[in-house]
Amino acid sequence: MLLPTVLPALGALILTVLNPNLSRPELCAGSPTDEPSTMTEIRPAMTSQSTIALRESLATEFRNFLPADAVLSAYEDLAPYECDGLSAYRQAPMLAVLPDTVEQIQHVMRTCSARGVPVVARGAGTGLSGGALPLANGVLLSLAKFNRILEIDPDNRWARVQPGVRNLAISESVHALNLYYAPDPSSQIACSIGGNVAENAGGVHCLKYGLTVHNILKLDIVSVDGQRATIGADALDSAGYDLLALLTGSEGMLGIIVEVTVRLLPLPDVAKVIMAAFDDATQAGNGVAGIIGAGILPAGLEMMDNPAIRATEDFVHAGYPLDAEAILLCELDGTAAEVDAQIEQVSRVLNEHGASDVRVARDESERLRFWSGRKAAFPAVGRISPDYYCIDGTIPRRHLGTVLQRIAELSGEYGQRVANVFHAGDGNLHPLILYDGNKPGELARTEELGAKILELCIDVGGTITGEHGVGMEKIDQMCIQFDAKTLAQFHAVKAAFDSNGLLNPGKAVPTLARCAEFRAMHVHHGELPFPDLERF
Amino acid sequence: MPEGLTEIQEAVAQAAATNTPLCIRGGGSKDFYGREPRGQVLATTSHTGIVAYEPSELVITARAGTPLRQISAQLDAAGQMLGFEPPQFDDNATIGGIVASGLSGSRRPYSGSVRDFVLGVQCINGRAEFLSFGGQVMKNVAGYDVSRLMTGALGTLGLITEVSMKVLPAPAQEMTLRCSVSADRAIKLFTEWARQPLPVSGASHVDGVLRVRLSGTEVGVAAARAALAAEEDPGGDDFWRRLGAQSIAFFNDSRPIWRLSVPSAAPALDVDGDLLIDWGGALRWLKTDADVEQIRDAATRCGGHATLFRGGDRRGAVFQPLSPVLLNWHQNLKQAFDPGGIFNPGRMYPEI
Ligand SMILES: Cc1cc2nc3c(=O)[nH]c(=O)nc-3n(C[C@H](O)[C@H](O)[C@H](O)COP(=O)(O)OP(=O)(O)OC[C@H]3O[C@@H](n4cnc5c(N)ncnc54)[C@H](O)[C@@H]3O)c2cc1C
Repeated sequence: MLLPTVLPALGALILTVLNPNLSRPELCAGSPTDEPSTMTEIRPAMTSQSTIALRESLATEFRNFLPADAVLSAYEDLAPYECDGLSAYRQAPMLAVLPDTVEQIQHVMRTCSARGVPVVARGAGTGLSGGALPLANGVLLSLAKFNRILEIDPDNRWARVQPGVRNLAISESVHALNLYYAPDPSSQIACSIGGNVAENAGGVHCLKYGLTVHNILKLDIVSVDGQRATIGADALDSAGYDLLALLTGSEGMLGIIVEVTVRLLPLPDVAKVIMAAFDDATQAGNGVAGIIGAGILPAGLEMMDNPAIRATEDFVHAGYPLDAEAILLCELDGTAAEVDAQIEQVSRVLNEHGASDVRVARDESERLRFWSGRKAAFPAVGRISPDYYCIDGTIPRRHLGTVLQRIAELSGEYGQRVANVFHAGDGNLHPLILYDGNKPGELARTEELGAKILELCIDVGGTITGEHGVGMEKIDQMCIQFDAKTLAQFHAVKAAFDSNGLLNPGKAVPTLARCAEFRAMHVHHGELPFPDLERF
Repeated sequence: MPEGLTEIQEAVAQAAATNTPLCIRGGGSKDFYGREPRGQVLATTSHTGIVAYEPSELVITARAGTPLRQISAQLDAAGQMLGFEPPQFDDNATIGGIVASGLSGSRRPYSGSVRDFVLGVQCINGRAEFLSFGGQVMKNVAGYDVSRLMTGALGTLGLITEVSMKVLPAPAQEMTLRCSVSADRAIKLFTEWARQPLPVSGASHVDGVLRVRLSGTEVGVAAARAALAAEEDPGGDDFWRRLGAQSIAFFNDSRPIWRLSVPSAAPALDVDGDLLIDWGGALRWLKTDADVEQIRDAATRCGGHATLFRGGDRRGAVFQPLSPVLLNWHQNLKQAFDPGGIFNPGRMYPEI
């Protein structure tokens, strides 16, 4: 059922989390993976005579306008690019190029277009859905050399940057101006702004400040045939269709992002965080609804369950209560007077919802300590299990309690431990399924459990991905979330920008044939209730 | 199917089969907007009703023909609001029309635009297919963001039948301050304020008077008021509402009215005419008889664009012309959604 280029199983997420090396392609090469035996069969990337010939002639053509070290064709040079953050899916590209001017990118695209060669863009490779997974017959276009901040306009509060600039580097570069860039994915020290735009990345502060799409003004795009265009403007809107929104989250399928202008915000005067402990995860879920219902929009509202609390506390000693079934971290920011008033109000709401302990961080260092646990939660879970698989679905907040309950039941049924640490305010779940890839069958069970959780999200009116994208990973679940007509419309959108399907083909939107096959399989196993119903 | 929807879908199917251009219309409050409407009128006003609203979810879902006033009243009763402060030009405005026209009010720079709040749309494309994009959750990256693409597309890509939007808690306290300053000085002040974390939710300048609205908690607003040191405008609420509705005196004029969207700190524009500043400098309304090219140049020179909003020649280029690459993408997208070109042809650009 899976495309020949993709491994039949979903494996270890090697998340060297919060490790700056993540931004380098060594992530793949250096990861001690437990590769299924099938993996060796696709290495090296290509063997057929015709593709070897194509590689040689393309490399020669690229070397006419790129420095020799910017065109990689030897297998040992390509290996570092064979996966992104979803490291069980691996495929070395036919060729990798590392241009450092927009003109060179245009030239690469013109060349590939003319010869019908597919192109996969790659930022920092931290994506968790296999979006930057190369193609055996394709060119991997790395944006790594585009790492300069080009212009900062403090009065209009924007920064114009190259796509390879790291998310955190933007805020760092404008800190002295008392400004910052709001979206803060947990991978922010490593992930690129181009990758953030391509995935519409979110972060802890998105509840109040929005996702990437809400915080960018303008993009420069290189089209599949090498033309450069500007969408959006330095103003708050621009004429015509909202292509800025369409390109955001488009996973490298519509164009190459070669420049990004982000909106900057003034740093808040004060930020304070509350940590509330609960004896019951459902109560914590109700506490979330209570805060929002009281008319408060916190800067961040995150939740961790007991397994996540234990793993984290053991790792970073954030001061979390080990006996709590769940904790909420609620950050409030603004002017001093405002924050104080809201701290009081939120504390009251949390107590009313049965919190067993409500603590306000006493000072900045305690605030950072409270957050350090949340930010280190993924690697912390990585310490207690050989492997884990991070799921990403969004649900209406009111279903938090029941969905967490159901995940716990599924965890029992499958015999796989699950830790939950997530963006509760947005209803964006990140169940982490713990498994051991070396134990026969665990990987397959984990994959199946993950799919069940995503279907659960759809069933309560949610979605299969809140921020990590569809990529290669969730391509089959797209068949459940969307009907054939809607998928066909997505393909028509793609064709409007890329009629020959050369930009990241095979990702994000499944072919109708693939869905037909998937549905048949699914129903065959008797897993899909009411297969005839349209599912939105 | 809910009331009105079957008829609408049939009408679209009929139009597609006979190649009949359709003019999609909600309450008609924005008939004046865009290039001249043409085609057979297809009204959404029979398709009304709030489908789902749960305040603790911060989401409302309503059918396209639902009047804005009905939605506002429902939100108001729960202490919530549409964060983009939709301008209500008359009592008939519908939520479908608001999303399709993509216009946002004075709160826009501070809390976001219409498209920022759109979470999902259901629509009928030019093949009379009923489609659903996005959803009712805050974060959703499954599939292309067609909901936001539809927002502001002036109905040229599809007929929106239902929308889900994020809503915001209404602020506990609001207060408007005013002072008399020049336009140049107002822009300087707006820029200064925008670089500080102040609870500003509106900043305008008209007829020599700067107004700034503060929204937040009681203490937060009081603290900001003390910092800004300007006198309170007791008629503030009414002013912002009428500014949005364009019923203040400024808009009562026989000259064409242009909407210029520019970087907020851009200096006052060098074009003859009268200027109203909104969005803390990022939106400039210009009453002028000046030459079209001169106005567009002034807007593009500072990084923005100009729209002929009211009056003037609606047969020409109302919206800023697109670059060749962008126009090509627009035409391809139009083709992808509405291959027969039946929806609001020419309302936005002659080519789509
Ligand atoms: C530990 C960890 C924590 C994470 N936490 C979060 C989180 O809190 N929130 C969140 O949203 N995500 C999170 N992620 C996921 C990931 O970091 C984001 O998706 C990020 O936006 C990817 O950026 P990247 O530069 O690594 O992109 P890549 O992985 O290189 O690419 C991602 C996709 O974007 C495309 N792409 C990249 N650059 C361009 C470009 N210039 N033009 C066109 N297409 C391009 C690729 O083809 C691919 O489809 C996390 C990941 C890890 C490993």
